[in-house]
Amino acid sequence: MENLSVEFCGVKFQNPAVLASGILGVTASSLKNVVKNGAGGVTTKSIWLEEHGGHKNPTMFGTDHYFMNAVGLSDAGVKKALGETFPEYNKNKPAPIIASIVAGNLEDFGKLADEINKCEPDIIEVNISCPNIENECGKSFACSKTDASKVTEVVKKNSKKPVIIKLSPNVPDISEIAKACADKGADGFCAINTVGPGMAVDIDLKLPILSNKVGGVSGPGIKPVAVRCVYDVYKATGLPVIGTGGVITGKDMIEMMMVGARLVGMGTMVYYREAKGFGKVVKEVEDWCDKNRVKKIEDIIGIID
Amino acid sequence: MDLKKYDTRPAVVPIKKIVRENDIVNTYVFEYPLGAEPGQFVMLWIPGVDEKPISVAYDDGKVFWLTVCKVGPGTQELFKLKKGDKVGIRGPFGTKYKFDRRDNLALVAGGYGAAPMYFVANEAVKKGCGIDFLIGARNKDLLIYTQKVMGLNDVRLHIATDDGSAGFEGYITQVLEDVLGEDPEINKVFTCGPEPMMKVVGDICAKAGIDCWLSIEKYMKCGFGVCGQCAVDDTGELVCKKGPVMSYDYVRKLPEFGKYYRDAQGQKHYFKS
Repeated sequence: MENLSVEFCGVKFQNPAVLASGILGVTASSLKNVVKNGAGGVTTKSIWLEEHGGHKNPTMFGTDHYFMNAVGLSDAGVKKALGETFPEYNKNKPAPIIASIVAGNLEDFGKLADEINKCEPDIIEVNISCPNIENECGKSFACSKTDASKVTEVVKKNSKKPVIIKLSPNVPDISEIAKACADKGADGFCAINTVGPGMAVDIDLKLPILSNKVGGVSGPGIKPVAVRCVYDVYKATGLPVIGTGGVITGKDMIEMMMVGARLVGMGTMVYYREAKGFGKVVKEVEDWCDKNRVKKIEDIIGIID
Repeated sequence: MDLKKYDTRPAVVPIKKIVRENDIVNTYVFEYPLGAEPGQFVMLWIPGVDEKPISVAYDDGKVFWLTVCKVGPGTQELFKLKKGDKVGIRGPFGTKYKFDRRDNLALVAGGYGAAPMYFVANEAVKKGCGIDFLIGARNKDLLIYTQKVMGLNDVRLHIATDDGSAGFEGYITQVLEDVLGEDPEINKVFTCGPEPMMKVVGDICAKAGIDCWLSIEKYMKCGFGVCGQCAVDDTGELVCKKGPVMSYDYVRKLPEFGKYYRDAQGQKHYFKS
């Protein structure tokens, strides 16, 4: 059997397939079920300092080619993460867990990073790139290298765990943003968050389908954008990257790793293949490695020039 | 080009008819080939307001019904809609109640749970199953679907109200014990209603060694297995995929069953005992 284990920011993952933030991540039971189905690690739904309400339904829909969502980052706040989600997940912990955190200003990011230490995640992922949430100036932190680096600095200062930054593809030059975060001590990246936002209208009702009118685009259609972004970020910084965006099959995962991803995030895959899709994708990767005489999956990371 | 396989965009359907069941429950009739089976649900989009999971109360391939209780701001807006107004429908989603012609069924409904149970009865009658239909409510004004059930051939209807204003005075679960005692042929019990009631139904069946299936209601954002809001403790499986119809054998082992539920933010709330 091929060796699919990967080391990421000093944490060992049994295989590179990780659950992306926002999907099946509301409770510890749900996260554990994803590991049971084959994932090498999981990411929580983004955690806020305080309880945060999301948007009204409809919040998501899919097609054969793409998926759209505007859930609005609903969450019960860090108190629930600390009192319930993490203690329950860490009891007989089945795989590494990445805590996704989100805030609307720098002060809250600092407080949250401090609180999240107590949850004992393996890695902290900083969500600065949700296209449905804006900072006080009305844009995502990931769209400005100044904002992105300030958030990185404050989270790094307060965190005892490796910190990775979740980047947005919706910028003219993602390398520039990644380099700015790396300069402030980011330990790695997750690329990419959803594309857009996009918009879809129901022509019978003459209404946008999503209650938020616009929403992030994910799924097979965005994979080329994600592959390019992972390539750019890895080339620009050399830091470990969770390659996320449109990965549905084992071959997609191999492609992501070849451009520099050490771990591969999957979310919308669950829409097409359910949670058991994790096990299937890992099996497909194993078969590919077998056929191509790849003994160690780490050997293919970043081989594309 | 057929790109329908993974399409979960809502179908927009006008309301063909609205039937008032009581002060807080309406049945909405739609002319649309939904293709639902008993136990399944749809996501009902009230345009510009919200979207909610609703069990299907009837489907003959051409027409389907949704019976909705006015419980919150979303359904309050639904009650303002008129015949001809359009809503969005996604689905059908979820698992089904399974039965065949050899089965003798007891269907136990609490409150507006009578609507999805009616769908079971309507299909089971066609297969020739024996059917006892039990409906419980707080009082007679909250009983629904009794006339419709009486319109089905060879279905025995049993009613209980907490205040005795109709049928047996007390809980429908007490009636269930009597019905099971009197008819040893009953081999399956299906139930839909408040969780604490279904827990009692399940325990009665477990004690009697009878197969019991129930329909679980959870807060949902998508209905098709992505958002994770309806994941149950401690298996982490999804009510929209593994359910809503699940066996009591499975459900009784869930530490949350009959004890607590989660809101839109994933926060736990305990049932009032």
